[in-house]
Amino acid sequence: MIDFVARLGHSGLRWFAVLGRASTFLFRLLLALDAVVRRFALVVVEVHSIGVRSLLIIGVSGLFVGMVLGYQGYITLVQFGAAEALGGMVALSLVRELGPVVTALLFAGRAGSALTAEIALMKTTEQLSALEMMAVDPHRRVFVPRFFAGVLSMPLLAALFSAVGVMGGYIVGVGLLGVDSGSYFSQMQAMTDWRADVVSGVIKSVVFGFVVTWIAIFQGVDAEPTAEGISRATTQTVVVSALAVLGLDFVLTGLMFTGS
Amino acid sequence: MHKVSVDDSPHVVVEDLVFRRGSKRIFDGLSLTVPRGQITTVMGPSGSGKTTLLRLIGGQLRPDGGRVWVDGQEVARLSNRRLFALRKRMGMLFQSGALLTDMNVFENVAFPLREHTDLPEELIRNLVLMKLEAVGLRGARDLSPAELSGGMARRVALARAIALDPDMILYDEPFTGLDPITMGQIVTLIQRTNRILGLTSVLVSHDVEEAMAISDQVVLIADGRVMDSGTVEAVRERASAWSEQFLNGRPDGPVPFHYPGSSYRDDLLRSAEPKHD
Repeated sequence: MIDFVARLGHSGLRWFAVLGRASTFLFRLLLALDAVVRRFALVVVEVHSIGVRSLLIIGVSGLFVGMVLGYQGYITLVQFGAAEALGGMVALSLVRELGPVVTALLFAGRAGSALTAEIALMKTTEQLSALEMMAVDPHRRVFVPRFFAGVLSMPLLAALFSAVGVMGGYIVGVGLLGVDSGSYFSQMQAMTDWRADVVSGVIKSVVFGFVVTWIAIFQGVDAEPTAEGISRATTQTVVVSALAVLGLDFVLTGLMFTGS
Repeated sequence: MHKVSVDDSPHVVVEDLVFRRGSKRIFDGLSLTVPRGQITTVMGPSGSGKTTLLRLIGGQLRPDGGRVWVDGQEVARLSNRRLFALRKRMGMLFQSGALLTDMNVFENVAFPLREHTDLPEELIRNLVLMKLEAVGLRGARDLSPAELSGGMARRVALARAIALDPDMILYDEPFTGLDPITMGQIVTLIQRTNRILGLTSVLVSHDVEEAMAISDQVVLIADGRVMDSGTVEAVRERASAWSEQFLNGRPDGPVPFHYPGSSYRDDLLRSAEPKHD
């Protein structure tokens, strides 16, 4: 029993230690944000490797999620004779929830794990140390461009996910199940509010981009510099980001969509 | 090798250094001095903290006690800006080379120049080619780090370390894992860089023969302290029991072959007793 309590306390302490290191790291990252302007070329390179290279998986997933939404939505709505509202339902689900959340989960799996592995490998092969010894701050040279690129890419990818998803819903709803094309889009327009729905979705995806990229870079920096450490850190990134995204989504939804 | 420097104050002074990792004391009152313009080799068994010492000199780690001075400045007390200024005059050669993997050989050597100078592209090109020529790898400028052998990577890293013409180079295990030819090349390069550029070289190594052959001064460390130090001849001559074992690679001696444990006899007898969980 004592043993169990001791173990619990130990892992609790370790968790707080990690949280402390992650916060300190974030603080130093924010202090070095001027690198975004000074090293803009690096940001562009990272937007390419983080954002552009995630396009395929985001696009394909968006299409299929939209198609499934179109199908399942139709089955429910047609029972109440409201099949015309399909467009609104698909768009709301995507813009408010599925767009930001599923994109963030995919983003953590595709870009987050790659970021962690890359940085952990740089640490293991002493590249980060070498930068420091060459009087180059790794925060400015390596971390900030990646961090900013992640925060910037995430809302764009989420927007793309939602847009492709709407088209997926259209293909199934209008193309296969016979919903009227005009009412698909007019219902969408009538039911979706710019401020309450679209902007809230964008805010969510910015928050997720911030958190996922922060976790990914921190896990890379904090990884034990061994082959085993790299693989553990990569797994950690995906698991921790996924939990953080789902938890935060619950909180953000609670804050944004109360009583509307 | 025996270059007469104008300034004869020591380049690096380490005084009563204490450094802990967890509860383990890596250094426990270590003191040493590195004379300017010479090759000083720090030798000691694996795990004696040789690389840690280089990191303390480079200011990447902070000591738990004692002081480290480089060029008259106390490293741990420098502001970030001044530490970076100090590091620009300090090259470090990592064991793995630590080349940036997303750039080719040329860009790796050009990296410090691009980061810290505003030289025109033409001049950077010439400087990089000169540095690469010095290590014999001008022809390899377009290769990526992944295409280099261990020895080549280390030579490129050396070219990068001397790119900004530092006053001092720190070498972390430069001889480990090299074939005889590459070993010869690296040994010559270290010697030549030291002599021609007149810089201070600090090596960390446990390859006794090579290190002794090129060093002006050796420092033997173990158990967090200096066991012996001085010129190569002096250390060889007065060799204490410990240094004698280390320098000649004897399997047993003051450093026992067996990891400390309970008596062998007791251990064997205990295993005969019935187990009760």
